[in-house]
Amino acid sequence: MVEFKINGKQVKAEKGETVLAVAIREGFAIPTLCHHDVLGADGRCRLCVVEVRRGNRKRIVTSCLYPVENSIDVFTESDDVKLVRMTVLELLLARCPFSEVIQYLAKQYGVNTVRYTKDNDKGKCILCNTCVKTCETLVGVAALGMTGKGPLKKVSTPFDEPSDVCIGCGACVVACPTGHIYMEDRDGFRTIWRKKFELARCPACGRYHAPVEQLEFISKKSGVAIDELRICQNCK
Amino acid sequence: MSVVELDRIASEYNNKIEGFQKIIHICTGTGCVSSGALKVFNRLRDAIDSEGLTEKVLVKKTGCHGLCERGPIVVFGNDEILYQTVGKRNVEDDVKLLIATIKDDQIAEKLLYRGDDKTKRYVSTHDIPFYSGQTRLVLALNGIIDPEIIEDYIVHGGYRALVKALSMHRDEIIEWIDKSGLRGKGGGGFPTGVKWRSCKTAEGSPRYVLANGDEGDPGAFMDRSLMEGNPHAILEGMIIGAYAIGSNQGYIYVRDEYPLAVERLSKAIGQAREYGFLGNDIFHSGFDFDIEIFRGGGAFVCGESTALMTSIEGQAGEPRAKYIHTVEKGLREKPTNLNNVETWASVPEIINKGWEWFSSIGTELSKGTKVFSLVGKVNNTGLVEVPMGMTLKEIIFGLGGGIQGGKKFKAVQTGGPSGGCIPEEYLEMPVDFDSLTKLGSMMGSGGMIVMDERSCMVDVARYFLKFLVEESCGKCTPCREGVRRMYEIVDRICSGNGGEGDIEHLEELARAIGLGSLCGLGQSAPNPVLSTLKFFKEEYRIHIEEKKCPAGVCKSLITLHINPEKCTGCMRCASECPVGCITGEKKQVHTIDQTTCIKCGNCYDVCHFDAVTIE
Repeated sequence: MVEFKINGKQVKAEKGETVLAVAIREGFAIPTLCHHDVLGADGRCRLCVVEVRRGNRKRIVTSCLYPVENSIDVFTESDDVKLVRMTVLELLLARCPFSEVIQYLAKQYGVNTVRYTKDNDKGKCILCNTCVKTCETLVGVAALGMTGKGPLKKVSTPFDEPSDVCIGCGACVVACPTGHIYMEDRDGFRTIWRKKFELARCPACGRYHAPVEQLEFISKKSGVAIDELRICQNCK
Repeated sequence: MSVVELDRIASEYNNKIEGFQKIIHICTGTGCVSSGALKVFNRLRDAIDSEGLTEKVLVKKTGCHGLCERGPIVVFGNDEILYQTVGKRNVEDDVKLLIATIKDDQIAEKLLYRGDDKTKRYVSTHDIPFYSGQTRLVLALNGIIDPEIIEDYIVHGGYRALVKALSMHRDEIIEWIDKSGLRGKGGGGFPTGVKWRSCKTAEGSPRYVLANGDEGDPGAFMDRSLMEGNPHAILEGMIIGAYAIGSNQGYIYVRDEYPLAVERLSKAIGQAREYGFLGNDIFHSGFDFDIEIFRGGGAFVCGESTALMTSIEGQAGEPRAKYIHTVEKGLREKPTNLNNVETWASVPEIINKGWEWFSSIGTELSKGTKVFSLVGKVNNTGLVEVPMGMTLKEIIFGLGGGIQGGKKFKAVQTGGPSGGCIPEEYLEMPVDFDSLTKLGSMMGSGGMIVMDERSCMVDVARYFLKFLVEESCGKCTPCREGVRRMYEIVDRICSGNGGEGDIEHLEELARAIGLGSLCGLGQSAPNPVLSTLKFFKEEYRIHIEEKKCPAGVCKSLITLHINPEKCTGCMRCASECPVGCITGEKKQVHTIDQTTCIKCGNCYDVCHFDAVTIE
């Protein structure tokens, strides 16, 4: 058992827990964007920063990664925390001016103006890596990845071409915290990541419900016959 | 293997070369090679053959001698004669002069190094201030041994430290390194002994030792010269470290832009394996250790410890949070000890000569020496190794021979792109880890860029920011988005569009990026802006408020004129103008056509009469 303080309140935690997990359990609000309960964290967005003091030493850390330690003092709203958080939000809003999530967070944390020229080519992508991890670890196909570095960094399929392995499941769309990824179902086809998928029609209700490639992928993995998978969840 | 056996290898090699009456060292470091050293080497070999001197004269290719400004460098015997710029103008003529020296001990005045006043000529390396002011520990054998011949390293005392270390207790080795005061020379300055001990005691196996040779700072080539000039010193240091820490696998991470370093290290590893310095059961001690080379793809961020490890793992070079230290969970989540190649190369001599010897060099908190690449507007550009604590003035004006063209010193940038600029008033500052950090700069890996009065500090900040924008890995928001926004603001100021509040905005953004970034690159990225703002704020103010660039660099803010009272009509400026916008007859006053002038400043630089003015 580890004991420490968050904003003056004495709290207990298990060794190995992160400051973020404990803070949320104890009722402290810490904003996050790239952190995902299932996929974990790797400290990209820097929104969840907190100040950790130990004796005379103080530092800004990301609460999503920082492991709890005995006798530390955590502050979730210190001046430095606010400076970093507001800076991150202003920078993200300049990058993704049309992202509703960032607009909302910016307003909530007091960012009222953006002093930079707004980007119009980044969509709503904040490069949080959630889609990449979802595709690789949850879906198990690894169709997505990051390319480039610095301002040119982006998420894409290899060589920006339709991916051989993408099954069109749309898990990345669901996982994306800002709604950046474009997916469209129309006339029995799904378009996502520049690839067009034929949608399977439920033999019972006639509804298009999932890409054929996705059903084939599941069938192969699970051993369940494809015909069985063609029946939609509602009709099962 | 024992000392006796090393002596045997050494004496066998000595027998091989003892018939030679003269030994000539030709620098084949990168600088000299690009100035034509290989051509000199080949032509000299041919000439020696045709003179029938093949059996009498040994010509060695060595690593970097340091005085790159004056390359190709040729040194006779034990530093007795140093010839500079050999073959730069005419290879055939200079080779003839070399042959004359070989045959008749005739010294070629023309090839001798001359001092700043251009009158005094120096014969021996020892007399040249650039060399005599240095303390060469790590670079001691650079320029003496042939880096491709392991026996040459052994003749000069190589691998004796390894034999000694293997007879010591592992904790004793770590204690020696600890007590020597050796600190990480890649820039962090972390005590090496403490790191080794933490890695040795960390739970988990296997353990890895890594050497960082991913040097990427503009203008820096310390690590490169060491890897190319004395690869065995790095290997020997790593083997000793691995033994002390309890590691069986090492990696050297070298950037792919250093093909010669990769080649020489690979050769060295092969030779070390042949002698059993690497491999299983080294010297029957039961200790197994081997080293692999990993070639980096050229991303600057991969010099950062965690990004380097991610890269070896086969992922994109992105750093990770270091809340759990890499000595506990590093490469493949296993205990990992990473040191810079220069740190590793310092280890053998500490074991050979003892920690007391090493700790007697340097300052109270920064021990030993540091290699710097001295570049920019300094007379003797090149590689220098000095004891920690030498002042900036001694380095720049003593070894470096002062500022080119008699111009005035303005600032020196230390620590690479995320270091800082230090102004004249701090020239007496001793160069050590802590003093530089106090000034808002850092030691970094040892880049030292000297700037003169013609450097605009806002433009300098802009240059380094541009580098950092491109080299940010893009993983975390403050670095990826923040640094490019800092660049935008500084760029705006340089183009005359700076406004009120820009300085305060820069300061605020710099602080947030420093606090909020994930890795060392982002955390130190604001340094070029913060240090120039700290020491040269007035220059920023003049750019913003008066729309002028006092150093005459920022093109949008300057105009060039020719003062008719001073112009002699020598036509020099007109002939140097790349766009032909200067007109005038011989011995008549010249004028600049402002509509076509591209403001390159060539006319200003070439005018002997101070007739060209920048406003």
